[in-house]
Amino acid sequence: MAANPMTQFEVYRIGPEVKIGSFDISFTNASLFMVISSLAILIIFNLGSKKNSVLPNKIQLLAELSYTFVSKMISDTAGSKAKPYFAFIFSLFMFVLFCNMFGMIPYTFTVTSHIIVTFVLAAFIFIGVTIVGFIKHGFGYLKLFVPSGVPIVLLPLIVVIEIISYLSRPISLSVRLFANMMAGHTMMKVFGGFVVSLGIIGGWLPLSFSVALTGLEILVAFLQAYVFAILTCIYLNDALNLHH
Amino acid sequence: MIKKYFFHSIFLNLFFLKEVFAAESGGMPQLNPEFWVSQIFWLTLTFGILYIVLSKAILPKISSNLELRKSQIQENIEAAEKQRIESDTKLKEYDDFILKSKIKAKNIYKDAREKVIKDINSKKEVLDRQIDEEIKKAEKEIEVLKKNAPEKINKIAIETSSELIKKLIGAEINSSSISAIVDDLSKRNGDKYYGN
Repeated sequence: MAANPMTQFEVYRIGPEVKIGSFDISFTNASLFMVISSLAILIIFNLGSKKNSVLPNKIQLLAELSYTFVSKMISDTAGSKAKPYFAFIFSLFMFVLFCNMFGMIPYTFTVTSHIIVTFVLAAFIFIGVTIVGFIKHGFGYLKLFVPSGVPIVLLPLIVVIEIISYLSRPISLSVRLFANMMAGHTMMKVFGGFVVSLGIIGGWLPLSFSVALTGLEILVAFLQAYVFAILTCIYLNDALNLHH
Repeated sequence: MIKKYFFHSIFLNLFFLKEVFAAESGGMPQLNPEFWVSQIFWLTLTFGILYIVLSKAILPKISSNLELRKSQIQENIEAAEKQRIESDTKLKEYDDFILKSKIKAKNIYKDAREKVIKDINSKKEVLDRQIDEEIKKAEKEIEVLKKNAPEKINKIAIETSSELIKKLIGAEINSSSISAIVDDLSKRNGDKYYGN
């Protein structure tokens, strides 16, 4: 029922069941919104880069502003060495942002409200950053766990803490995005349910709340995409520059 | 009824963890592993395609667009700077030209003035000489006239006298006797009459 605020997160099959071996890879509503988000990004940025005029039109301006925004974000947090990873962080930011934003449209599905999606992204980033770190610094990358200027007595403790914090990165990164998205959408659904159940007399207060929450959620949708991207940049910075 | 919905939803929010571990349906659909593989597969596919297309086709284009614009603007600025310098030198040339022509005009004016003054002076001299000559001529004429005047006056006096006598007396008098008297008078009172 619509009264259950969790039904909006349910994944269901669209079309036939597809299996590879014992794995079910059917096309679902989640897949649909992944495809829609990716296509929207590709269409917008393709239009925005098609023709180059000195005075850009709106869509070109949008594409170029996004480009410079992400480019500045990367160079501010990870320096010039992170240039080869620009395309990845750009697509990551855009993908998360568009998935979040498409989720704000009523009756759509929010891809990023699923822990498995955010966890796969975060795990990929974690593994990728670790590999980059070991390639750049060899075993010297392990110095990341040994901060300089720490008393020798505290060192074992600090190293353990550092290792735990490093290993918890994918979890914190994925849970942050997933929890924010899920909590926001659940809240909106709950208040929407109140509007219906309180009726024409009492429903105005939750309705105004719902309106305010929509604004807040759009902000959160952008902010979480930004946080996701900027944390990736910070992890990358650790791997590339290694001064703790 | 309302209360029931309210508490139902509140409980769902606060205690969803319990429900998650308790049941598959009604809990968090996120923790239902039924479609995890599907989601991972489609995420990898869509994100992979997105990354490849963005990094290979679209982002380089945007980057080159930005570079092109930057260089174009830079070029325009440089061209503008060049033209500014050019116009500055032209302005300087113009100023120089104006200054030179001013000096030239001054010189021309000066020369013309001097020439005119010289002309005036020379013409004045000529005129003065001419005037002098005229004056001299006039003086000579006056002299001549002065010399002839007494004779004429005498003649007139004689004629007038004879006429008067004729009218007064009605007698014809010999002009020679009158002229003798007039001559005598003029000789005596000549100075008084002619102012010499």
